[in-house]
Amino acid sequence: MPMLRIEGLDHRWTGARQDTIRVGALALGAGENLFLHGPSGCGKSTLISAIAGVIDVAEGAVCVAGRDIGSLGSGARDRFRADHIGLVFQMFNLVPWLTGIENVILPCTFSRRRRRRAGNPEAVARRLLGDLGLDPDELGRKTAGDLSVGQQQRVAVARALIGTPDLILADEPTSALDADAKTAFLDVLMRDCKAANTALLFVSHDRGLEGHFDRSVDFRDLDRGGTR
Amino acid sequence: MIGFSLRSLWNRRFVAGLTVFAIALSAALIVGVEKLRDGARDSFVNSASGIDLVVAPRGNPVQILMAAVFGIGGTGTAMSWESFEWLENMPGVAWAVPIQMGDNHRGYPVIGTDVTYFEHVRHSGGQPLQLASGTLFIEGQADGAVLGAEVAARFGHAPGTVIVNAHGSGDVSFHMHDDAPFTVTGVLAPSGTAIDRMVIVSLAGFDAIHAPHGTPDADPLDAAGLAVPPRNTRADHETHEEHREHTGHDHDEGSRAAAGTGEHAHPRGRDPDGHAHAPERLNAVYVGLADRTGVLGLQRAVNDRAAEPLSAVLPAVALTELWGITGTAERALQIMAWTVALASIIGMVVMLSATLESRRREFAILRSVGASPAHVVRLILTEAAVLTGAGLFLGIGIFILAARVAGPVLASRFGVQLDTRGFDARELAVLASLFGAGLAAALVPAIKVYRATLADGLSVRI
Repeated sequence: MPMLRIEGLDHRWTGARQDTIRVGALALGAGENLFLHGPSGCGKSTLISAIAGVIDVAEGAVCVAGRDIGSLGSGARDRFRADHIGLVFQMFNLVPWLTGIENVILPCTFSRRRRRRAGNPEAVARRLLGDLGLDPDELGRKTAGDLSVGQQQRVAVARALIGTPDLILADEPTSALDADAKTAFLDVLMRDCKAANTALLFVSHDRGLEGHFDRSVDFRDLDRGGTR
Repeated sequence: MIGFSLRSLWNRRFVAGLTVFAIALSAALIVGVEKLRDGARDSFVNSASGIDLVVAPRGNPVQILMAAVFGIGGTGTAMSWESFEWLENMPGVAWAVPIQMGDNHRGYPVIGTDVTYFEHVRHSGGQPLQLASGTLFIEGQADGAVLGAEVAARFGHAPGTVIVNAHGSGDVSFHMHDDAPFTVTGVLAPSGTAIDRMVIVSLAGFDAIHAPHGTPDADPLDAAGLAVPPRNTRADHETHEEHREHTGHDHDEGSRAAAGTGEHAHPRGRDPDGHAHAPERLNAVYVGLADRTGVLGLQRAVNDRAAEPLSAVLPAVALTELWGITGTAERALQIMAWTVALASIIGMVVMLSATLESRRREFAILRSVGASPAHVVRLILTEAAVLTGAGLFLGIGIFILAARVAGPVLASRFGVQLDTRGFDARELAVLASLFGAGLAAALVPAIKVYRATLADGLSVRI
């Protein structure tokens, strides 16, 4: 069963004259990773929102872990997202007044499934942060606002991984990092996703990262009609 | 969710603290107004306990009650001793206590009465008056005075202290009765009523203040007065006639010396009714009935008395009338307090709304980890509940503190006791409605949050 399957997804923002995104077909199995690249503004973030169930999509267009996102109500989509999807963004990933560890275990407060799968969220959070090369004690002390951007991005990855979701969506998570940090970051992300058998959809305009991934797709090739 | 809200508020603790403080002040104000109102009413109700009827020269019932029971203001004219005796002998009357008023001791009302006062006057639902120290003045003792608890405490008076009263009921008086001093014989235990603020002297003593000055101690008439039962003699009647001109408190020296000494003639004698002294003028009479069902009949009989225009006042009825008058002022105070509360709740809405713009990222992050817009709305409402609830508790604390500080002053100046021990259903309802108002007002930012959160999704476009 593919963790992510997209078939004929069209979405148009309210007031737009053309469809913002048109995706013909895309599939991702458990433990697989996919690098999706395309220029800024081509609709990558909209695709992430559609998969995460934040915007309304047609029935049958998006399936995550075998569930048709378009058939769920908005409340059910929120619960489904909490249970099955981890998200990492370019910036502003963390709640600034919570500590690093509190940020990591945040999904466990909204999802019973993730809490159950994590077992002891705090211990898992510490282990994940340690794996990512961070000092768990420091992150239990410092609030997210006091962390460096590199630290924040790794905390965000730990948060996406906790409770082993079925799918991780990463939207330009490396653009604030320098070259060495990018490589280290991607290695850990990839390794942990493989270890948890989590599917990873990684979206970026930076084609230099392509080599780290099993597969690579140009966003415009998914696009049947063109957004520009 | 509460823990999360608390953390979020702690992150904005300065503004949140100010908001809580503003709500606390308005809550304290509202509670204070309610408690003042209750305290004022209790003070009146408790003071009038046990008195079935107050009889006074014809006048406004509220004015009569205020003057005769609470020592505020005065009754217009005066009533005769004959009317008192008539009243005392009416069928159904268990007791009657004569009251004279019009003087003050450093602003506190002085009343002249006889020792039956202490026997019959009750306070706070039927408790008898208790002496804290000393004794009552002996029946007929002209210069004895019993002090209310606050009068004694305020000036440090104790049994044995010699006090001087002044004419008039106000705080400022130009006419001191320093030629007619009193010796404190006893101090009453606090009753929480107007009695705490009173100086109680005998009728003889009260008259003595108003007797002309320079009465020789060895006046031959004095002895004559002692010897002759004063009430039934023609001579006594004449002195009464003469003295009546005195009731305007004209202290013209000398010209009425004879009348004065005549008045002094019988303070230490007993009249046939067992009253130590029969002054010819009273301001009011407290009446107790053997059977309270006869109160309306007696009231009618008093009001219809042909010999003298009198009013009989049912304390409960006059109090209801009084609440009608004070109700307007109470409502004005309540409106003011609620206006302040409205301002502080608006302050909270402003605070919550102002931070929304900068928190949209925070909400988007929460959305990305699985929070629904409803979660975010609940977060805002929880914050409002925490702010309002903390404000209410702090407000109650401020009120209790203020009541402790201001309580003694309120009690001594106005006879109002603030009850800080608990809240009645009405006050709890007021607090609950304030809490509800806070939550309802928070719906405005909550709805804004709901819309913004839905529109922003996972990324914020600002």
